[in-house]
Amino acid sequence: MTRRTSPTSWGLYPSIQQRNLPLHQVADPLPTLAEPVLAFGNGRSYGDVCLNEDGDVLLTRGLDRFIAFDPATGILRAEAGVLLSEILALVVPQGWFLAVTPGTQFVTLGGAIANDVHGKNHHVAGSFAEHVRAFELLRSDGTRLCCGPEQNETWFRATVGGLGLTGLITWVEIQLQRIANPWIVAENRRFSNLDEFFALNDDYEARYPYTVSWIDCATAGRTLGRGIYMAGTHAPPGALIPAASPRRSLTIPLTPPISLVNTLSVRGFNWLYYHLPRPTRALTPYPAFFYPLDHLLEWNRLYGRRGFFQYQCVIPPASAHEALREILSRIAASGQGSMLAVLKRFGTRTSGGLLSFPRPGVTLALDFPNLGQKTRALLDRLDEVIRQADGAVYPAKDARMHGDSFRHYFPQWSQFTHFIDPHFSSSFWRRVMAE
Amino acid sequence: MRNILILGATSAIAEATARRFAAAGARFYLVGRNADKLAAIAHDLEIRSSQAVYSESLDLDLLDQHPALLSRAEKALGGIDVALIAHGVLPDQQACQQSVPMTLAAIHTNALSVISLATLLANSFETRGQGVVVAIGSVAGDRGRASNYVYGAAKGMVGLFLQGLRNRLAGKNIQIVTIKPGFVDTPMTAAFEKKGLLWAQPDQIAQGIVTAVERRRDVIYLPWFWRWIMLVILHIPEGIFKRTKL
Repeated sequence: MTRRTSPTSWGLYPSIQQRNLPLHQVADPLPTLAEPVLAFGNGRSYGDVCLNEDGDVLLTRGLDRFIAFDPATGILRAEAGVLLSEILALVVPQGWFLAVTPGTQFVTLGGAIANDVHGKNHHVAGSFAEHVRAFELLRSDGTRLCCGPEQNETWFRATVGGLGLTGLITWVEIQLQRIANPWIVAENRRFSNLDEFFALNDDYEARYPYTVSWIDCATAGRTLGRGIYMAGTHAPPGALIPAASPRRSLTIPLTPPISLVNTLSVRGFNWLYYHLPRPTRALTPYPAFFYPLDHLLEWNRLYGRRGFFQYQCVIPPASAHEALREILSRIAASGQGSMLAVLKRFGTRTSGGLLSFPRPGVTLALDFPNLGQKTRALLDRLDEVIRQADGAVYPAKDARMHGDSFRHYFPQWSQFTHFIDPHFSSSFWRRVMAE
Repeated sequence: MRNILILGATSAIAEATARRFAAAGARFYLVGRNADKLAAIAHDLEIRSSQAVYSESLDLDLLDQHPALLSRAEKALGGIDVALIAHGVLPDQQACQQSVPMTLAAIHTNALSVISLATLLANSFETRGQGVVVAIGSVAGDRGRASNYVYGAAKGMVGLFLQGLRNRLAGKNIQIVTIKPGFVDTPMTAAFEKKGLLWAQPDQIAQGIVTAVERRRDVIYLPWFWRWIMLVILHIPEGIFKRTKL
């Protein structure tokens, strides 16, 4: 019935053993559970929230059927293992789009809820869970709870952002947004430091539903926090559509023994990315705008066999400016630049999830090749800044935060523990509860 | 747009194949044993194809039901363009060795019911002057092996029968396709350790089936490399082969 493998999360760290239990039918009861289990979707979270070392994982990709779709209202119900990419392929030609999408379309519906993911439109639309009308939660005792903002509301708030610990999400019903056009009107603008970013941000947030910035974190001093502001909106009906040239995906064919992302390549890449000429305003196909990295399949392999650490934090508005400056200075001083650093301001909407990450403030996402203790030490130094500023670090991208930091960032954790299914657990949860 | 009858529609390979046809707006008549599974698949295909999907639950072991089933499907769809025969079971070889009834039951499901359906479909297509019958055989049907010769014998019978049917109907605009998959990661093979390069996903097989129908192929191994593996296996002299443990 089972097989033992070493599946990985997207960060390729940690590398562990767990047993796979494939699921095929939403109506089936859970398999007999000897060890603690955890749902595993498409393995796109970075650290260990989707892993269950020495335990079992319920593979949910076999739950991949659409259940209902009303093209008049944009309400879609599907099994929890359906990928966002599969939803888009179905609904975009019919004039609908996800209300909120993360930076990859290769995540399952269940995973999107369990991590309460967010996207470039957080300042207007909030997080993924705000557009979830209902889902079914299957508990290990066989109970099936239909949860929504108004039904089993406490279970809804525990499961949204609940890291898969409250049971198995079997199906999900979401509200889509109407679009007139599958293309995006995108605007790009360089900024030469953090002050300029904040000035631009107010203006762009008022005009565009999608905003995000890339920043060069290999520089310091006067150009600290220079970068490119990217904003977009769904194109209006009848916007002149350039002839589509289908993009061919590239796949990184193997994992090199050492990381190809290093100080030298980070500096070179960041310099180039900043200076490359780009159109200020252009019509862009939606995948290129929302999912630039999906084009490069298995890009995580570039970081070599030791994998990498993602680090995404959010800093409340009051201390955002100062804390960001401090974080970027500490990174620059460490010499461990991040290949891709992404900056965005979250809006004030919150989904109410007990462990949801998005909250008002500025969020910064970084990735670092795993250089062992050296990288952990840097991330610990960043955590000092975040704790001081009363911010938080995103569990979906974490493989190393300390338990006391987690409990500080997510003060509702103790309330959350009442909703954990007694037969569910994860490597992440055991790690942050152990210390 | 095609009208497609799928027998054994809840099989993983059949479901993956149906999704690929659905994307092109096909219309379906689905037949399977488990009504709940069938309903879930029918809803999914309705959404993917934006077409009404017909389905009925029936145990295809009941051979005397086949003629009425096929006329219901023909009537609902207004004619069948492609029939995919995908039902089957993977019997427990060890248990079959000790039980003649179990052996015959596996052969009944995997071979006799397929032969019944293929015969009826072929005759109906012959009258109409067009049609495609696709049936799932197996690489296991190419040579008898100790580990699964009950399953293999049934699949081998299907392969040989379709070969004859193809020969009979050649030049009559009727296509008979034998699909021979290797190891496929499906619920049917849940008992296996699915490691290594030889294991394929159902969607890879589905893609091969759709291509085989489009290009009017006769016999196709899926994935392609099994053709060469089986070529070697078929050429091992029996005196040596009988001592191997494959």
